[in-house]
Amino acid sequence: MTVWLQSLGQAGLLIFERVGRAGLFLLRVLAGLPSLLLQPRLVVSQLYSVGVLSLLVIVVSALNVGMVLGLQMYNTLVDFGAEASLGPVVALSLVRELGPVVAALLFAGRAGSALTAEIGLMKATEQLSGMEMMAVDPLRRIVAPRFLAGLISMPLLAAIFSAVGILGGYFVGVGMLGVDDGAFWSQMQSSVDFHEDILNGVIKSVVFGFVATWIAVFQGYDAVPTAEGVSRATTNTVVYSSLAVLILDFILTALMFGGF
Amino acid sequence: MESKTVQVAVGVFIAAGLAALFMLAMKVSNLSTFSTQQGYELTASFDNVGGLKVRAPVTMAGVRIGRVTSITFDQKTYEAVVKLEIDPKFNQIPDDSSASILTSGLLGEQYVGLQPGAEDKYFQPGGEVKYTQSALILERLVGQFLFNKAEGGGAKK
Repeated sequence: MTVWLQSLGQAGLLIFERVGRAGLFLLRVLAGLPSLLLQPRLVVSQLYSVGVLSLLVIVVSALNVGMVLGLQMYNTLVDFGAEASLGPVVALSLVRELGPVVAALLFAGRAGSALTAEIGLMKATEQLSGMEMMAVDPLRRIVAPRFLAGLISMPLLAAIFSAVGILGGYFVGVGMLGVDDGAFWSQMQSSVDFHEDILNGVIKSVVFGFVATWIAVFQGYDAVPTAEGVSRATTNTVVYSSLAVLILDFILTALMFGGF
Repeated sequence: MESKTVQVAVGVFIAAGLAALFMLAMKVSNLSTFSTQQGYELTASFDNVGGLKVRAPVTMAGVRIGRVTSITFDQKTYEAVVKLEIDPKFNQIPDDSSASILTSGLLGEQYVGLQPGAEDKYFQPGGEVKYTQSALILERLVGQFLFNKAEGGGAKK
């Protein structure tokens, strides 16, 4: 019994220690962000690996998500003779929910895991301690540019996801199923509000980008410097970021759309 | 050379992201139909607003000319006070126009319809719509209909 309690207490302490380390780590990374203004080149190369390389998976999934939404919603709406509402349904579900959330999940799987593996391997091969020896702060040189790149990429990826998804819904709805072209766009415009829907979606994607990138770089930086440790850190990144995104999405949705 | 392709790709990526945002703003949302300049405000008091919601359209002859910005309850008159924001383009609405709450289609959302009056004077910003007609409450109509039917049926026998 006492052993069990002891291990429980130890596990609890470890969790709090980890959360505390993650918080301090975030503060140090944020403190390192201003110095990046002098070295934009570092950020650009990270934007390439975090943002540009995620673009393909984002576009392809967005197109498919949009087309599936178009097909499914059409089948339901046509029963009520309301197939002209296809535009608002597709646009609202993409802009408010699916765009930011699915983009963030894909981002965690595509870019987050790569960030963790890269930083974790740098740690395992002692490149990070080598930098410290040369009086280069690895947090500023390695982690901060990646963090900033994730923070910039995520809202852009989510916006691309929503836009491409709406186009996918348009192809299926108007192109294949014969919904009226004008009604599709005009109904969409009259029911989607820029501040209420689109800006809130952008805010969501900024929050998700922040959290997912934070988890990814911290897991890499904090990984046990062995092959097994890096692989576990990579798994943790995907699992924790997905959970964090989904939980935060509920909280943000409740705050933004729940009680007006 | 390779860093140049990277830079171009990043530039294209950021431009695509901003273009997507721009498309969402202009093509998907109502930002383009409603200019950012503020319209002028009118108030109208209704006995019952039914299911009217904030942001519902305000129309005249079926054309959208503004939207509902707030719905509050006045404790003194026991009426609902609805604030309407009218597009500044439409500044020649007679000030004896009447407002009524209508439903688009059988199941559609409710909106405010303005019927033009005959006055030469126009609504000024902050003006009040004096003549209003409440929303039709379906339950009340059905109840009234049944009541009349029952009464009529009783008299015949």
